[in-house]
Amino acid sequence: MTLNDVKPGTTVRIEGLENSNIKSRLMSMGLIKGTSVKVLRSAPMGDPMAISVRSYNLAVRVADAKKITVSAI
Amino acid sequence: MATLSVALTGNPNTGKTTIFNALTGARQKIGNWPGVTVDKKVGYINHNDRAISVIDLPGTYSINARSAEEQIVIDYLLNEKPEVVVNVLDASNLERNLFLTLQLLEYGIPVILDLNMMDDAQKRGLKINVKELENQVGMPVVETIAKDGKSIKKLMDVFTEKTLENYRVSPLIEAHIAKTKEINNSSSSKEEIEEEVITLRYALIDSIVAKVVKRSGASTSLTEKIDHVFANGFLALPIILAIIYGVFEITFTWIGQPMADFIKDFIGDTLTPWATDALASLEVADWLQSLIVDGVIPGVGGILTFVPLIFTLFFCLSFLDGTGYMARVAFIMDPVMRRTGLTGKGVMPLIMGFGCAVPAIMGARALDSEKDRRIAMLVTPFLTCGAKLPVMALFAALFFPDDATNVVFSIYVAGVIVAIVMAKVLNSTTFKSEESTFLLELPTYRFPDMKTVFFETWDKGKGFLVKAGTIIFAMSIVIWFLSNYNFSGQVEMEESFLASIGAVVANIFTFHGFATWEAGAAVITGILAKEAIVSTMGVLYGIADIADDAAQAAQQMQSTIGTSFSALSAYSFMIFIALYTPCMTALGTIKKEFSSWKWTLFSASYTFVVAWVVSLVVYQVGKLLGFGA
Repeated sequence: MTLNDVKPGTTVRIEGLENSNIKSRLMSMGLIKGTSVKVLRSAPMGDPMAISVRSYNLAVRVADAKKITVSAI
Repeated sequence: MATLSVALTGNPNTGKTTIFNALTGARQKIGNWPGVTVDKKVGYINHNDRAISVIDLPGTYSINARSAEEQIVIDYLLNEKPEVVVNVLDASNLERNLFLTLQLLEYGIPVILDLNMMDDAQKRGLKINVKELENQVGMPVVETIAKDGKSIKKLMDVFTEKTLENYRVSPLIEAHIAKTKEINNSSSSKEEIEEEVITLRYALIDSIVAKVVKRSGASTSLTEKIDHVFANGFLALPIILAIIYGVFEITFTWIGQPMADFIKDFIGDTLTPWATDALASLEVADWLQSLIVDGVIPGVGGILTFVPLIFTLFFCLSFLDGTGYMARVAFIMDPVMRRTGLTGKGVMPLIMGFGCAVPAIMGARALDSEKDRRIAMLVTPFLTCGAKLPVMALFAALFFPDDATNVVFSIYVAGVIVAIVMAKVLNSTTFKSEESTFLLELPTYRFPDMKTVFFETWDKGKGFLVKAGTIIFAMSIVIWFLSNYNFSGQVEMEESFLASIGAVVANIFTFHGFATWEAGAAVITGILAKEAIVSTMGVLYGIADIADDAAQAAQQMQSTIGTSFSALSAYSFMIFIALYTPCMTALGTIKKEFSSWKWTLFSASYTFVVAWVVSLVVYQVGKLLGFGA
């Protein structure tokens, strides 16, 4: 499962990040293996999505969320 | 004693600039970091008999030199070696904020940790053990609430009383730094090393936060409740439209425009007659009278009328930005803006472009990357601003009396399409190497710090007056000279250099159907100010006093302009005027923002070329389709 598949209101754990040009930026913002992430909502046009991670809210494009593997907790 | 140098660093949305404003008050100077469109803010204070200079470094989440901002922060800290580095932290969000702290410590930069917005953290049910944080990190920790003057004074006490050189990082941090060095020296790839170090940092942060922060009772925050309506579902879009409409209404209808009109009337009805009389009674030479009354006063007056608009607009935008709502606008509009190669943050500057390109260009500073800022600044002038509207209204009333609204609307749409296409083109050519990504923090909603709002507004307005003003002043003298002189001396406009240049310029419109010297001259004065196009045509076609109302003006011009354009060539002319070279005020702003003549000239010339090509295609295709009659 990747982050874009997660239903709003659900909290999941990050299992890993696919290699990409945004990987190190995502990691610097605190999205690393083992971190729990709550999906808050999708923007009105379906993209990007808002997530809550490490006590703050972050907007991520769906294309980037696809590069984040997560598991249910 | 020498001036003590203090640098503020921290993540965006931590209230760092609010702290800076609380520390320095009005004793600050805002400039530019060389070569980039990033604010450089420096302020001066005296505290405990020490002169202190404070610099507000750009807000960054990390210092990996990935962006212009990150590069500035790391270069400044390593090369300028400020005596005191304050790391401003959002007390509610140590889990992410400490990442930058660790990076600073890894570089061997001792820091004061400033737990800011402590009141917010308490409201969220967080208890932070300050002593324990000090033990964990080994650096001094202070608490601040920007509104609370006492806490700001305490922060200043720390500047003067604590010598950071006497502080050493804790054994915990020391061990961490040793480990990162080990990883850096390993044989892994650069990416692997970076990822391993990031993971190591967050592992340490998690262990520190677990010891320092105690949580009690997490309820749904106000931010979540607001976002449930403002950034969710189908209501979000009408809300954005309503807010943007509100900003425009306040700026252009309620405050900005009435004040601009007042200044215009004052200059036209009071200052100009007074200056004319005064200069005449002083028996000043005719040419100098004309220079002042026809050149300098209208030129500078033209700038002054923009000032209330800019102050009002930036007050609204700065206020909105302070609430956190601007991030939601970017969040909601991102899918639309992505098509241009920009991100959601580009929406606001582009929308402002419909009012006036000048604040739009200045507003582009809020975008994420240097590339996005430059593209936004280069494409906003294609949008039909308020000053182009009278030209459009006049021509539509003249040539398309039955379809005026649709015709004007089509010009607006053409502007948007060209802006989008050019953004894409610039994105895939000139700025190809730089990638734009979209990772946007959605900060907690709060009531903006009014001091910060006022300072930002004041800075924008003042910056516009001073920097753009000097260029416009010089240009208005040049245009005055061209429109009042030829080789034999002072003449009427019809015989001036401007008319001759107009005739030469007209040649390039041979295949556009409007190759008249009047149109050529109007195009040139339009570079001075788009408002000048209608008045120039009035003068050139011998109409003394053009009516303000488009329909009446159209009637006045029916017998003159009406015969030198066909409906098709008039439409082609409208397209050209909508797209071509931005006015001098906008160019002056572009020069100020880019701090580069090369880019300013590029902006002036590529827009001209684009306008020339598009209006040519419109005319020729129209003719082929049989609209030429």
